[in-house]
Amino acid sequence: MNIKWDEFFVTGDPLILGAQISIVLTMVGIIALLTYLKRWTWLWREWLTTVDHKRIGIMYILSGVVMFFRGGIDGLMMKAQTAVPENEFLNAQHYNEVFTTHGVIMILFMAMPLLIGIMNVIIPLQIGARDVAFPQLNALSFWLFFSGAMLFNISFVIGGSPDAGWTSYFPMAGKEFSPSIGNNYYAIAIQIAGIGTLISGINFIVTILKMRTKGMTLMKMPMFSWTTLITSIIIVAAFPIFTVALALMTFDRLFGAHFFTVSGGGMDMLWANLFWLWGHPEVYIVVLPAFGIFSEIVSTFSRKRLFGYTSMVIAVAGIAFLSMLVWVHHFYTMGSGPAVNSVFSLTTMLIAVPTGIKMFNWLFTMRKGRINFSTPMLWTLAFIPCFLIGGTTGVMLAMAAADFQYHNTLFLVAHFHYTLIPGVVFAVFAALYYWWPKMFGHKLNEKIGKWHFWLFVIGFNFTFFPMFFLGLDGAVRRSFTYSAESGYGPLFLLSAIGSAVLAIGFAMFVYNIYWSIRHADRNISSDPWDARTLEWATASPVQDYNFAKLPEVKTLDAFWHMKKDNEGLTIEDKEIKDIHMPNNSGIPFFMGVVFTVAGFFLVFEWYIPAAIASLGIFAGLIIRSFDYNDGHHIHAEDVRKVERKWRNRKGEVHKHVG
Amino acid sequence: MSSNAEKGFPISHVVGFLISLILTFAAAWIALKTTLSIKVIMWIIGSLAVFQAGLQLVMFMHMTEGEDGKVNIINITYGAFMAAVIVLGSIWVLTSGHAAH
Repeated sequence: MNIKWDEFFVTGDPLILGAQISIVLTMVGIIALLTYLKRWTWLWREWLTTVDHKRIGIMYILSGVVMFFRGGIDGLMMKAQTAVPENEFLNAQHYNEVFTTHGVIMILFMAMPLLIGIMNVIIPLQIGARDVAFPQLNALSFWLFFSGAMLFNISFVIGGSPDAGWTSYFPMAGKEFSPSIGNNYYAIAIQIAGIGTLISGINFIVTILKMRTKGMTLMKMPMFSWTTLITSIIIVAAFPIFTVALALMTFDRLFGAHFFTVSGGGMDMLWANLFWLWGHPEVYIVVLPAFGIFSEIVSTFSRKRLFGYTSMVIAVAGIAFLSMLVWVHHFYTMGSGPAVNSVFSLTTMLIAVPTGIKMFNWLFTMRKGRINFSTPMLWTLAFIPCFLIGGTTGVMLAMAAADFQYHNTLFLVAHFHYTLIPGVVFAVFAALYYWWPKMFGHKLNEKIGKWHFWLFVIGFNFTFFPMFFLGLDGAVRRSFTYSAESGYGPLFLLSAIGSAVLAIGFAMFVYNIYWSIRHADRNISSDPWDARTLEWATASPVQDYNFAKLPEVKTLDAFWHMKKDNEGLTIEDKEIKDIHMPNNSGIPFFMGVVFTVAGFFLVFEWYIPAAIASLGIFAGLIIRSFDYNDGHHIHAEDVRKVERKWRNRKGEVHKHVG
Repeated sequence: MSSNAEKGFPISHVVGFLISLILTFAAAWIALKTTLSIKVIMWIIGSLAVFQAGLQLVMFMHMTEGEDGKVNIINITYGAFMAAVIVLGSIWVLTSGHAAH
């Protein structure tokens, strides 16, 4: 063990010193606050050990918002650095670390947890189930994700951040060219979070296939449930590839193997190949749930059933299938020759077909509808033209010959921000505004929401649209500075100003959460949007057991028809029976802690402590194997009390409301 | 599932067994008694092996029978597709063009 204690904490940069101090102060503040309010047992009992899918979902969403802030600060630092030519705000090394963590955090620790969080809250409700198939495993998924995210985040104050890009290409990411431990964080933290994601994928496949309520055949399932099912299938298909690739990277970096070192008989491009075999499906993993969210919202707020439901399902399945067959378009310039590049050009362009079908279906859903321009719908409307720009530039990039010009320029960066921000971030905002009352029993403020919407969308376009032209003029990505003679200055400045507007938009969102928690009207019905799917057929916020009696489904848009036909909205006392629910468990949290500790030692290549800490992982597995605790019953009398309380409120849904 | 097999003569098993024998002897004969190049022989006996594996899954392993029959077929097809994409795809991509030279 060669511990270099003088390199343990990152030193010598006032920005990082500031971050270190603020982290310590925040932690002291949180601990002091919890102790002062005597909330430790509450925290442990209600949140840390919970297996309730709604609470796990909320923890995912909260972490996702915090990570959005972290990744956003990285983005703003890059924009500040490139705002003027030859700026010296960040040095080259710091800039490398910032763009690397920005990419990893935004994809893996912002987009993924926000979407998985929303799935967690909504999917069991939408299919009329009381929880996911494996509740305790679900908690484990969350804690492994959280462990990976925390491990990755401490890298910038302890030991140094990864600096080889979010793609972490070899040979750059190998020990030879990146000897510091920074890139070990990449290999280990993402591995831990990835195990959590893989478990989530399995959990949701089983939940959706096995736990749908009576009468809900696959083709009567809401679109968000469909996209979640397909997303979970892609997770199960693609994440193991990344798991293997990261394991090989770990062997290369920690134990001196040569899977990706040319001089040692390895192949550096094998990393790029494996990375994108996972990486391309990964972008569909984040964008497909978003398509589902938009489908729900466009149908609810146009007050019409979704146009072309069957073609939507086929399109989603088609996108999923094609997503496995396009990975080479990320490295056409490797030079696999005309045959390979042509095939991957074709498969890539083919993806535009099912995506186009979905676009038209959304437009036709709105046609002749009575459109309600609430905040969730505004995000959906803005998504369509913005995503279209992202998609069209995607087809431009798909042409292998043309890609040799666009490759590694800001044109590409603008393209993928135009797909991922409308496709994921807009969707997440839309979903949070839409489902917020379901989670917390009050809406987010519409007026602040509109400020948030306009600032964010305008800021987004000003930030990324100039980058298309910068890229076409030859500005390369990941370059920390440029000369004044290049003439890039004005567009970079415009882009930087746009990013400030974008940031103010995000601040409005945070303010909206704060305002709504304090002041929003609590006296809203459990169905404030006059919605169509089953999650709205129960109380808001949802009681532990979701449904006192599992609903029965006859058609698509089940809740809409229940309201229209006045069926199944009320419940008789005698229909209420004891409900079996899973017990809380501390094991998933414990596993998160030991994974973090073992991962941390492994990052620093301290093998003996790492081995000792990983005994904790085995202990957790063994304890779980002998855990015969199979839940508890909520008594019918208690269920009746809860049901009476929310059903007898004024303005509740008893019959057809529209 | 069992009712079908116990009634009457197990014709599908016998047919499956005979086809398996034919495929095995064909592979042995091609490998030992022909003068084809090693590459061609490997391709032929490899294909025969895959074919026989599929045959046995259906004829003897009851892959298509029972309530999980359809699911089994979907899973095997999915597995085969993933394996083909990852293994064959990677080999193709990394050994073509000047990437490999």
